[in-house]
Amino acid sequence: MPAAPRSGRYSVFAIAREALRHHSGWTRAWADPAPRDRYKVIVVGAGGHGLATAYYLGKNFGITDVAVIEKGWLGGGNTGRNTTIIRSNYLQDPSAAIYEKSRSLYETLSQDLNYNIMFSPRGLIMLAQTEHEIRGYKRTVYANNLQGVSTEWLDPQQLKAKVPILNLDGPRYPVLGGLYQARGGTARHDAVAWGYARACSDMGMHIIQNCEVTGVRTEGGQVRGVTTSKGEIGCDKLAIVVAGHSSQLAEMAGFRLPIESVALQALVSEPIKPCMDVVVMANTVHGYLSQSDKGEMVIGGGTDGFNNFTQRGSWQHVEETVRALIETFPMLSRLKMLRQWGGIVDMTGDRSPILSTTPVGGIFVNCGWGTGGFKAIPGSGWAMAELVAKGTPGPLAEGFGLNRFREGRFIDESVAAGVAH
Amino acid sequence: MLTLTCPCCGIRAEETELHPGGEAHLVRIGPEGDDAAFESYLFARRNVKGVHFERWRHAYGCGKWFLAARCTATLQVFGTYSAQTTHPPAEIVDAIRAARPDWTPDWTSDWTTP
Repeated sequence: MPAAPRSGRYSVFAIAREALRHHSGWTRAWADPAPRDRYKVIVVGAGGHGLATAYYLGKNFGITDVAVIEKGWLGGGNTGRNTTIIRSNYLQDPSAAIYEKSRSLYETLSQDLNYNIMFSPRGLIMLAQTEHEIRGYKRTVYANNLQGVSTEWLDPQQLKAKVPILNLDGPRYPVLGGLYQARGGTARHDAVAWGYARACSDMGMHIIQNCEVTGVRTEGGQVRGVTTSKGEIGCDKLAIVVAGHSSQLAEMAGFRLPIESVALQALVSEPIKPCMDVVVMANTVHGYLSQSDKGEMVIGGGTDGFNNFTQRGSWQHVEETVRALIETFPMLSRLKMLRQWGGIVDMTGDRSPILSTTPVGGIFVNCGWGTGGFKAIPGSGWAMAELVAKGTPGPLAEGFGLNRFREGRFIDESVAAGVAH
Repeated sequence: MLTLTCPCCGIRAEETELHPGGEAHLVRIGPEGDDAAFESYLFARRNVKGVHFERWRHAYGCGKWFLAARCTATLQVFGTYSAQTTHPPAEIVDAIRAARPDWTPDWTSDWTTP
């Protein structure tokens, strides 16, 4: 394979230049190479987390002999299926640290990658609709202020001013207040994957799509490489970053993970005029809502309770989610829904991620982000790159090791964040 | 929508009537178990993509627990059976083999045999 062509820098001058020559000069954003026999690091999974891991391996540690292997197409898993919400208002210190690192990286990611990821810190509200939620979110606000994460408590009238379409006195779940993170928001999910992919390719890394890993080769408790649908590929280090299929990759390597895979689904309405310029999450009724730049209302719902790999949603969850949301947002009741889809999320018992070494030398896992992985992509990649490069976790990742399950040292966000995590 | 027949009361129930209870046939660790066994019992699930044995409760029906054999990749249900068993009965195994000829039971490895 010839060396990957550099994709050229995007700028207003490039747009002007290309406008004058009928856009004939744009090159593809990332190369499509055949795999080499061997790489220093193989990252399995070219979603946001895998690509971010590769990017920060190159950027922070100078490791560019990296292949990112993907069984489908780049960003076609949960990276392309989420509701694009970015926030860092977590209760526990290790969570707040890694999610806030992630959120702060999102602030400058477009400049870092020279790729517009359309980060929109439009503000994010978590509604409190029960007395328990009031206490829970006030506690989270106090914790966030100690952690250096800027959040505040808003009363119902302040919420109504920010979200005029909100119905405060729903008969079943009235809005009693809310947690507000002003620098939370959304980003363009595909652009995050594409931007990282382009930057990785420019560093000389290989992104190999349509290449399914079918086996992991180990020797004396040390990883030697992977067997793929495009042949054997050797490596010194292997990073497994595959979300819903983490258990399957771990099984190939000979160990189990404390993960169960379930379907999470979302739906999107027909586009309407701008009516809501913040993200609103209603965790009691299991629904969250934002308006995309195209005008569609993007709605996320709850997960299935049973193991599921089908990437399909279920009608009963659509009904549950929509039924709950139209009480809090009555104007949604007249909207037609355009699309509905599902993704397979990897749930851990404490609803916190796993960034860890494994029983096999040279294999590292990054999984367990469950229903909230998109917001964590840059921070997760940052921490995972450090883990892979040094072989031991840095300060961001050290709380998220696999040993916490044996030692009973959970980072328990399941109570703090409920389902909409 | 997932539909299971409750073996306790015989009613065909859809998923809103049922409560999922996770992987079935877990072997409880006794006082002699070490940390690794206890961790494995609590957390290390098979999370199979394919034939999966799992616990369900007929929550809005008879209220009883039962077990089901289901494919997590297609949502095909092979059958349901009583929870008072340490491994799936022969008719469930036959039903799975009829649909998945290449599937082999593996409860000789770390499941208890009767």
